Amino acid sequence: MREIDLESTPVRELNRELHDSIAGTWRVLHPHGAHALAVGIHAPLRIEIAGHAGYYCAGMNQEGTVIIEGNVATGVAENMMSGLVHVHGHASQSAGATAHGGLLIIEGDASARCGISMKGVEIVVKGSVGHMSAFMGQAGTLVVHGDAGDALGDSLYEAKLFVRGRVASLGADCVEKEMREEHLASLTALLERSGSDADAKDFRRYGSSRKLYNFQGDHASHY
Amino acid sequence: MCGIAGLFLKNPDSEKDLGAMLAPMLETLCGRGPDSAGFAIYDATTPEGTFKVSLYHPDIAFDWQGLANELQARTGQPVKHSVNSTHALFHIAAHEAEIRAVLAEVVADVTIMSLGRRIQIMKETGTPHDVVSRFGVHGMRGSHAIGHTRMATESAVTTAGSHPFSTGRDLCLVHNGSLSNHSRLRKTLQREGIDFRTDNDTEVAAGYLSWRLQQGLTLQEALEASLQDLDGFFTFAVGTAEGFAVLRDPIACKPAVLAETADYVAMASEYRALAGLPGIEHARLWEPEPAVIYNWSRS
Repeated sequence: MREIDLESTPVRELNRELHDSIAGTWRVLHPHGAHALAVGIHAPLRIEIAGHAGYYCAGMNQEGTVIIEGNVATGVAENMMSGLVHVHGHASQSAGATAHGGLLIIEGDASARCGISMKGVEIVVKGSVGHMSAFMGQAGTLVVHGDAGDALGDSLYEAKLFVRGRVASLGADCVEKEMREEHLASLTALLERSGSDADAKDFRRYGSSRKLYNFQGDHASHY
Repeated sequence: MCGIAGLFLKNPDSEKDLGAMLAPMLETLCGRGPDSAGFAIYDATTPEGTFKVSLYHPDIAFDWQGLANELQARTGQPVKHSVNSTHALFHIAAHEAEIRAVLAEVVADVTIMSLGRRIQIMKETGTPHDVVSRFGVHGMRGSHAIGHTRMATESAVTTAGSHPFSTGRDLCLVHNGSLSNHSRLRKTLQREGIDFRTDNDTEVAAGYLSWRLQQGLTLQEALEASLQDLDGFFTFAVGTAEGFAVLRDPIACKPAVLAETADYVAMASEYRALAGLPGIEHARLWEPEPAVIYNWSRS
């Protein structure tokens, strides 16, 4: 394992080293909320961040495993393609934004717009999420163990949403859907992979009613 | 983008360290606001009937002693003052209206940055590092402070356009965000008798709070009303004689992180600015909820 202390090494140097590597484990000390830690990884590396991270941590991750032993600021795992990002603390807004693949696990809460415009990522939040989560979610799965804030799944496409707690309100075109066997099976598998002992039966499923997919001629006179 | 910070000390023994704690917070927030910086520091309360008045003149060689002599002659009371770069802090025993009238008559080009019994606002253009060093923030003492680093988007980079904005006796406002209805609201407030000196949107928010407070609303009520009347993005920190308040708009795009320990409450746009505070590793950290008013007060 290689240790990099951000009190003495610039973030750019850390990221350059990660970009130039094809394997290995790094431990990043004294992150002090620095931005853009471990972004653009494109190999099966393991990075442990020993504290709180700033904006866009593990953004664009491909194949890497990034463990954050604290909180993260805006846009963790933004546009992730594959791999694992595991936040031990809380995440700020837009966690997993636009991410295409991979697994994002947040042990605490995620604030507003978690999974905004998600395109295939799996996001498992062990706490609650803020308002406008999964806004315009196109594909992938968002699992929330706690509560969801206002306008969950607004303008949703085909992302699948599972919430165990209370949903403050559903966004436009987002509806509760029947939890069928296939959903219980896929959610159970995802919970297991995320280290959660929650029972899939305790979650409710939400998805798109697909009414926004097409222009409604009935309303033409309103425009 | 701008950076904002707030620091409230629970332990009076730490008051000597306020500036030393605040300075690196502002310096770290340079990345969010490199063109100007400012802060309000709250320290010892003046005796009843005496005000602290923070004054600004762009000329570093301005004759503050001459102004002090003139004020003394006009008010018939002793006037104390101390100069710090382009600012001077006056202690004047007179009614607020009299102080404002005399200053307007004697030195029309001097700006009142703040007036109250505890507050002192200082702000300038330049990087936060420059501003912090120019005013000697590291050595300042006090019970609490709010600060701002500015990246101008709505109006010119000037001292007057920097934050904090005074909103009344011992009150001030810093803002991260932008208001979209400030032009119309400015006109409404001008009709109500509120004066504006810049084209700045935050000055309108400050004027709005002043107006609501003049109507007799509490700070809590004024902030609640602002959620209805201000259109745009904002995270506000409001300094009061006894503490500070934090409010984010309902959409909550503009960031804020709060930290609380047994010794202090600190707020900043980003955790980076809190990372150097003593005991931060054991602090309770959280993000303020949208449209919820958080308030810390000594009373």
